[in-house]
Amino acid sequence: MAVTPLVDLHDLTKRYGDGPVVLDRINLAAAPGDFISLIGPSGCGKSTLLRLIAGLSPLTGGTLRIDGRTPVEAAAELAFVFQEPTLLPWLTAAQNVGVPLKLRDAPAAQRLATCARVLELVRLGDRAHAHPRQLSGGQKMRVSIARALSLSPKLLLLDEPFGALDEMTREHLNEELLAIREAQAWTAFFVTHSVAEAVFLSSRILVMSANPGRVHTEIAVPFAYPRTAATRLSREYHDLVTEVSRLLRSVETAAA
Amino acid sequence: MSKRLLNLLLPAATGVLFIAVWYAVRFSLSEDLQFLLPSPNEILGAFRTNGADLAHAALNTAEGALLGFVCAITISSLLALALSVSSLVRVSLYPYLMMLQMIPVIIFAPILILWVGPGLKSVVVITFLICFFPLVVNTTQGLVSTDRNLVELFRMYRATRLQEIFLLRAPAALPYFFTGLRIAATLAPIGALVGDYTAGSSAGDGGGLGFQAIIYSSQAKYPALFATAAVTCVLGFVFVAVVMGLSWLALHQWHDSYERSDN
Repeated sequence: MAVTPLVDLHDLTKRYGDGPVVLDRINLAAAPGDFISLIGPSGCGKSTLLRLIAGLSPLTGGTLRIDGRTPVEAAAELAFVFQEPTLLPWLTAAQNVGVPLKLRDAPAAQRLATCARVLELVRLGDRAHAHPRQLSGGQKMRVSIARALSLSPKLLLLDEPFGALDEMTREHLNEELLAIREAQAWTAFFVTHSVAEAVFLSSRILVMSANPGRVHTEIAVPFAYPRTAATRLSREYHDLVTEVSRLLRSVETAAA
Repeated sequence: MSKRLLNLLLPAATGVLFIAVWYAVRFSLSEDLQFLLPSPNEILGAFRTNGADLAHAALNTAEGALLGFVCAITISSLLALALSVSSLVRVSLYPYLMMLQMIPVIIFAPILILWVGPGLKSVVVITFLICFFPLVVNTTQGLVSTDRNLVELFRMYRATRLQEIFLLRAPAALPYFFTGLRIAATLAPIGALVGDYTAGSSAGDGGGLGFQAIIYSSQAKYPALFATAAVTCVLGFVFVAVVMGLSWLALHQWHDSYERSDN
């Protein structure tokens, strides 16, 4: 590949203390603009992999480079969206979005402008002054995504962000996420349990196997962006969902 | 009938019933025992004859209670911050904090009088001792109970230690702090009263409600004693009401304990 990878993993290995190997020699190069989904049985280490890339947890072996630097050095370039919305309940939606900028001592004027802009991006401009408990589950997750986008990251790490939402909300948010991606050129790692979601969003899907966690198969998703609700109706989409589901099931039965 | 009106009428009705029972008991006692339970109008009479003394004593007690309460809040908050930062500090200090709470005021009072002298200073120290423990325990608990995901979020965005404490841990601890504050608010006037009873003094400022109680009981002024108790109750209500108000201001917009049921 001619492009230098944004994220480069070489023989990345992780174990906690003397415990079993969680991730075993993972090799992966993510080009700028890639949308990579990690899918696999529970215990395959997909969330751990995401946390390693985020610098939330140290590696045991191998190398991990983001833009040629360690995750800690590259901290300014990446943003993480957790499984839970993880909003501060005493702050309004806009104030929550402003937290990362505030932690970096950004001037108030810049903070306000950015908050307004990214809240508009997730279509919550009119809920800026609501507290989290006044928002629905989907709205809270949108605030959480807006917060991640507030830093204009190069790399967005999403750990099953829509897992707790109902099907309809999840599909809407999937479409919105891709629409935002059209306007902003970030690279994404996306952990999910949903095959349909992975196929809809990703340019590449990594199917992982457990004990120890390895990349079992990589699948390139050929559909062109922008993808819309109509993409879900196509024959090719359904075929690919079926194929990935079958693959995932074979990985899961092998593990069991 | 609206719920609001009912919320006012029911306690009022209970009060009327209570006073009726009171009179009934009082007049069923034989003449020579009636002094044991003064009637409400006798107590009101005691307010008239001893009003100036009671008001003065109430102000003194309120002053002691407030000073002790504020000292307890300040010192407990600082200590809770120190305790929350390190589990080593927590382990080393906790047994002694417990001990502070176990000190029997009755035994400690004479020593305290020797140390700081009788009167307001002793009352403040005793109030402080009584209020301190629930405050420090609750606030510390709050500071170390921060949602793990939120702490991780702050670490992820490379927050400094101070940012983590003041932007995350402290606001997250507010509901716990106010739980401690509510307990301490009910204790403060009682603490000041006990302090005044054991270490109060007529010297200079004329003493507080505890000192007044000693005088009334030695003079067998039972209606005045009841009036003193009533004033103490009112003082307690004022403390609790102020704390509830502050708690509402700080929490009602975001905390689940203020969630409206029709929302």
